[in-house]
Parts: sequence; C-alpha cells; structure tokens
Amino acid sequence: MQSKAIAARRSAPSMRDIQWQNYVVYIFFAAVLVFFSVTIGDKGFLSVMNLFNIARTTAMITVIAVAMTFVISAGELDLSVGSTAALAALTCALVMQAGYPWPAAVIAALLAGMAVGSLNGFFVTVIGIPSFLVTLGMMQFIRGVDMRVTYTNPVSISNQTFNALFGSGNIGGVPSLLIWSVAIAILGHVVLKYTAFGRAVLATGGNRLAAEYSGIKTRRIKFAVFLMSGAAAALAGMLYSGMMQTARFNFGEGAELMAIAAVILGGTSLFGGKGTILGTFAGSLLIGTINNGLIIMGLDVSEQMMVAGGIIILAVAFGKKPAT
Amino acid sequence: MTDILSMSEIRKCFAQIPVLKRVNFTLRRGEIHALMGGNGAGKSTLMKILTGVYQRDGGTIRIDGQTAHYHDTLSAERAGVAMIFQEFSLVPTLTVAQNIFLGREPKYPGTPFINNTEMVRRSRALLRDLGVDIDPEQQVSGLSVGLMQIVEIAKALSKKARILVMDEPTSSLSETETGALFALVRRLRAQGLSVVYISHRMAEILTLCDRVTVMRDGETVMTADCSALSVQTIIGAMLGEGNSASFVWHDRGPAPQAEPILEVRSLRLAKRIDDVSFDIRPGEIVGLAGLMGSGRTEIAETIFGRRAALSGEIIFDGAPVRGQADAISRGIAMVPEDRRKMGLVLDHSVGDNIVLPNLARFTGLLFMRDQQARATVDRTIRDLSIKTDGPDKLARLLSGGNQQKIVIGKWLARDPRLLILDEPTIGVDIGAKSEIVETVRAMADRGTAVLVISSELEELMAISDRILVLHGGRIADQMNRRDVANEEELHHAIQGHSRPALRTIDA
Ligand SMILES: Nc1ncnc2c1ncn2[C@@H]1O[C@H](COP(=O)(O)OP(=O)(O)OP(=O)(O)O)[C@@H](O)[C@H]1O
Ligand SMILES: [Mg+2]
Repeated sequence: MQSKAIAARRSAPSMRDIQWQNYVVYIFFAAVLVFFSVTIGDKGFLSVMNLFNIARTTAMITVIAVAMTFVISAGELDLSVGSTAALAALTCALVMQAGYPWPAAVIAALLAGMAVGSLNGFFVTVIGIPSFLVTLGMMQFIRGVDMRVTYTNPVSISNQTFNALFGSGNIGGVPSLLIWSVAIAILGHVVLKYTAFGRAVLATGGNRLAAEYSGIKTRRIKFAVFLMSGAAAALAGMLYSGMMQTARFNFGEGAELMAIAAVILGGTSLFGGKGTILGTFAGSLLIGTINNGLIIMGLDVSEQMMVAGGIIILAVAFGKKPAT
Repeated sequence: MTDILSMSEIRKCFAQIPVLKRVNFTLRRGEIHALMGGNGAGKSTLMKILTGVYQRDGGTIRIDGQTAHYHDTLSAERAGVAMIFQEFSLVPTLTVAQNIFLGREPKYPGTPFINNTEMVRRSRALLRDLGVDIDPEQQVSGLSVGLMQIVEIAKALSKKARILVMDEPTSSLSETETGALFALVRRLRAQGLSVVYISHRMAEILTLCDRVTVMRDGETVMTADCSALSVQTIIGAMLGEGNSASFVWHDRGPAPQAEPILEVRSLRLAKRIDDVSFDIRPGEIVGLAGLMGSGRTEIAETIFGRRAALSGEIIFDGAPVRGQADAISRGIAMVPEDRRKMGLVLDHSVGDNIVLPNLARFTGLLFMRDQQARATVDRTIRDLSIKTDGPDKLARLLSGGNQQKIVIGKWLARDPRLLILDEPTIGVDIGAKSEIVETVRAMADRGTAVLVISSELEELMAISDRILVLHGGRIADQMNRRDVANEEELHHAIQGHSRPALRTIDA
C-alpha cells in the first residue's frame, strides 16, 4: 500500500502539490517585463541595447548574490562584500599601475578578496562571533582601508585587454559582463545542487548539529562559504572596474543589501537550509529590470527608490508560505 | 459517567492523502483515556484537531454536549481544552511565572502594567496545588525536563482546562519523574479533569489509564476498558489481525572470539564519570544501563569524539580516537538521543536526510550519483517501513516515530563498524521497535559492534548480548544477558542494590 502511494506521488504530482510560492520570483519577473514592455516598450525598453544594459548593470550583484546564496544557505550572512569588491578593484588597478601584467593583477585582487573572506570565516568559525557582527565590522573596516589606500582618489585602468575581458567588451556580440554573470550562476547552480559540498552547505544551515552527527565538518563548510563570498566579491569588484575603466573606493556601496534582497527574493530562506541559485539569478535580474524600467519611465531617484523598495517587499510577501 | 467530549466522523487530509478517515472518539469526565496506535496512525493529528492546531475537513466535535466551532488554539483553550506538546512550548529565558501567564499576565486594574507580585503569587498557589516545589521566579532553562513538564501542566490548568491532552509525556522523563507525573495526573483526575494520554509504552497505559482507544491507519479500531485488556489484545488491535510483534531476545550464541574493536580504559569525564572501563568486540551488542542522568550519553559522546575526557583512553581498532571527524571516518556512527535537535534536518526531505551521512559514498568524480542515492533511500524506507508519502516529503511532516526511524536508517547504508544507539526507540511503536531490534541484530551478525543506551529495560533485555550497569560514575556490574532472569534483576542492579559480587564474564 505504501509503495503504491509512493509510485502514485512520483508519477503524477497534482496541481495542489506544486507550490506556486516557489516560483513567485519568476512570476514577478515576467509581470514586470510585461508591464514595462506595454508602458515603455516604445521608449526603448525592449531594445537589445537596453536589455544588454540591464544584464550589464546587474552582473556584479548577480556574482555577489550567487556566493551570498551559499552563505545564507549555510545559515550565515556576509555584509562585507560591497567594500571587499572595492578593495579588490583598487588592488587590481594599483598592481597594473605598478607595471605588472593584468593576470597578476587579477590574481592579486582575488587573493585580497579571499583574505577578507578567510578573516570573516576565522572570526565566525574559530572565535565564534555571529557573522552579522563580524561582517558588519569588516564592512566598515575594509571601506576605511579602501579610502585610505588612495586617499579616495580614483585609479584609472589603461590596460585594454583587462577592460575588455572584465566589463567593457563584447564577445561575439554579447557583453562580457553578461557572460560572466551567466557563467558564475551556472557554476553556482551546479555546485549547490549536484555536489556533496552543496548538500553539506544546505545541511549545515538546516540543522548544524544534525549535520555534525552525520559527519559533516560544519566549520570547514562555513569557512568555505566565506572564502567563496570573498572571491566572488573580488570578481564583482573587477567587473565594476573593468566596466568603468577605473577603480574607486566607493564601488559596491549598498551592493551587500541588493545581493541579499536578490537572494531572498529568489526563495532562499534567510534562516538557512534552503537555497536556489536560479531563484537568485532571477531575483537579481528582477531588481535590475525594475531599476532600469523606472529610469526609462523618467522617475527621479527618490521615486525610483520608493517604488523599487515597495516591489521587493511585495514580492517577498507573496513568496511567503502560508503559516501551517 | 457522562461524556465531556465526543468527536465524531472526524476527517483530515494532508496534500490529498487521507490521514484521518471518519474517526470517532469519546472522553468521559474524570477519566484518563489512552490513545494508542502505530507510528503515523493519526493520534497526534486527531489531538491537534481537538486543540485547534489543525482544521478538520469534516466531522463534529462536542464538548459538554455543545458543538464546538473553533479555528485556533485560543478558542479551543476557551472551550477548556489544553495540550502538552512533545516539544515544549515554554520560553527558556523567562521565569516559571512569566511562562505560566504568558499572554495573560494579570495587570494592575485600569493600567497596562503587569502586576508581578500577583502573577508570582498565583503561580506559587498553582504549583503548590500540584504538590511540587518549584520557585515561580526561577528561569525555566534551569529546570529539569520533568519539572518543565509540570510547569506545562500548571500553565494548562491556569487556563482552566477541563480536558488535558498529553502527547508522549514520559519519553524523556526519569523513572522517579514518571512516578511523580502519574501521581499528579491521578490527583487531577480525582478533581474531575479528563485526560487524553498518548504513549507507546504498554506498561504505562495499563497502570495509569481507565480506557484505551486504538487507532490504525487513520481509523479507530477499538475502544475498551483497560481492566479488561491484555497487552496482546492491544498489540493485536494496533498492528491488525495476524500481525504480532516479537520483542523477545534470542541468544546469539557465545560472544565472538575476536579482539575487542573498542576499548574504553579508565575514562574520567568532567561531571559524573569517575572511572569507566569496558570492551566491545566486533559483532557484539552491548547494552549500557543506568539511571537518567548517570552519564551514559556523555560516555557515548566521548567515544564518538564529541567530548574530551579528563583522563583515560578510548581505543578504537588499535588506535585512540581523535575527535569526531576521525571517529566517523574510521567507521563509528552515533544515533543521538534528540532526533529533532541532533538527528534530522527537519526542513529537508526524508531522502536528503538519509543520504546526508553518505554524501561521500554517493559522490562520483565531482557530482552526486542521484540514482544510486535514490535506490538506497527507497531501500531504507522499505526496510524500516518508514511511513511517508514518498522520499521527497519533508522530515518535519512525518509522525514522531517515523522521524526516529529515519535517524536510524541514515546509518544503515554505511555499515558502520561501531554503532552507538542512544535511546533508539523513543516514541517508536511496538511493531517498529521489533523491526529496529531485528535490524540492529542483523548488522551485528555482519560484524558491526553495537553499544545501546536505553532507559527501557524491556528493550535492553531484548537486544543486548551483554549488559553494563553504570552506577556512581563507574561500571558497577556487568552481566551476560543469558544470565539475567528477568527485568527485576536488571532493575535492582541499576538502582544500585548491588549484587553480592562483581560477576566475572565467561568469554
Ligand atoms: N502537516 C502535515 N503535512 C503532511 N502530512 C502530515 C502532517 N502532519 C502529519 N502528517 C502525516 O499524517 C500521518 C499521521 O501523523 P500523526 O503525527 O498524527 O501520527 P501519530 O499517530 O501521532 O504517530 P507517532 O506515534 O509516530 O507520533 C503521518 O503519516 C504523517 O506523515
Ligand atoms: Mg505523534
């Protein structure tokens, strides 16, 4: 009898079983696209140029948010990603300015990001401070470092290979920023969904003790997600600087909140244990599309902020499961 | 005697799968009524409908002859129904009094300010009526589980409950605490309170309860006076005709001659353990008996590498155990006591939980081999007859006993070399208990060494080849199972009425 029930359930999931709340981010995304297509389709919203533009401006948030999905799924938070992005951008620019080849600069930038990630991981897993506090402090600290290294002066990047690869260029007509964000999202999706590491991350966030009793080294897992987050922030920083062909201390301000919003919009649980990269990708695009559409509609910045904030709250509210 | 409660034709589906199919249940004034049935039979669901946690799909509830229409726990409370959940609903950081009056704090008349003196006074009176010595101003986190239970009862009574539902209240109580709880429940019955009592422990039911209702697969199959019942009749009703659960011991022959795989030498732990030494051989099942709080779990956690010893050695397979990662990688597995806190990721599926300790096994070069994992999951569900709509159901949504089976099933696929089971059958029904005993025996036959901790003597007697008795921080006695005549003998040993001389064990 029991095995019959199992078989029935697998072959024919009924409509009621499909929880539409899981798809709210896609539904909202579609709705927002349709809305803007109808209202401002003739003002260039639908042009290929503009769509690529959306992809370009959301790329950094997407890259950060993919790693943030791992961090949040493991039951932690990383607020330091925005300032880390700027740190990596500056590192990269300064190393190139000093005459080293661009690959060396890229490696230096990644190392800088991973250094911040390891510090976060160390304080969270070894010292045992809640990640909210550690990364809040780190966010301030690193932003201070960013301001100090160049006395808030921008550092321009003249290496055109770097600029083309990280941000400004096109590859086969497709903006490199779009390629980066799609590649990182696919990588994140595969790792979270199809590897033992991904499962271990979700189990650690879902119930740390149970994961430990099952043989998962949860400290290592938590350390690893902070390391990933630092590396992703560094990549995002290089994407900013490649796009602007310069590096500035204030890159990535507020990026941490945008990334967290994208992750939560996508259906990842803020309490850990449940996460999806596809949702995060859609969440990031949703935020980017709203911002883009509102600009084209001609709203001023204050109005844009109010509308975008309202839509985010609305989407999260719709995505909430009814209390059981 | 009159019925204070009658529930008739109650129906309930979850995700279109019927869980209650026209259930009838009546409760008389001033009786203790046992509700029994296999894991997933629907007992907790029925009672959650009574207390307004779930909404019924059909059927009527009458309290004192009046049809009750309620949609939440608050209105159920107003109708006089209160439930003590297995997972307590106390806030550990608040005081006893603050918990009892949570949300209903007495105020100074005409003001929004809490009258603390009054709250403490009324709590003290309530607790005195219950005959317990608990300081109402104490923080709840400092209480033992048994006292927390009593605070729960006080909270229920302060709401003027006339019907009290207790869902497996004794599963984490010591023998003394259980005795005290029973005395209290009997006294409340004398005062006219009606109690629904859910438990899987036959002995408890027959000593405490007046009547019993048995559920099977979402239906009531029997209601009868306890005085007229035998354990066999109840088990027969629970499992269905023709099924019987054999919870009996087999002599598995003399202990294997192999060298011990686990050697514990003069172990000393921070609190209760002074000097503990014992061995386990491959293929041997050793029971660890002792009072609640005697330090059995601490010993197990030390062997599993989660705790450091003050002194002494734990040697597994010829080398000391260095931490939990080392223990696990060398083939030690532990089924922890508290399934919700330590055993399961409740918001993950049944399948994901079973796969969790086996991630490495199911990983190919880079990616998970989902097909293989699925096969193992399906086999585990089948072998332990875990009642679930499928492997994708969330562990949270399974009944308590079925959750426990997952925690055990997780390790089966790994074939550990040493399996530690800490209270493995809490909340598991009698049928599943014997399945678990069989499974453990089969693993031992394949060479796994097993250490079982249990407060249920019946279970220790059924499963062990050898029983160690922990008392006063050391192994006070050890006996071959075949030399123990009955539970009383073991009971005496545990209570510390030590036997004439320490028996030597013939290998
Ligand atoms: N919220 C829910 N969603 C889906 N299924 C549920 C839910 N709650 C219970 N069930 C299912 O209903 C059935 C009955 O569960 P219930 O908890 O009432 O069993 P029980 O008799 O209390 O068992 P146990 O003795 O193991 O505690 C189980 O198969 C369980 O999986
Ligand atoms: Mg139950």
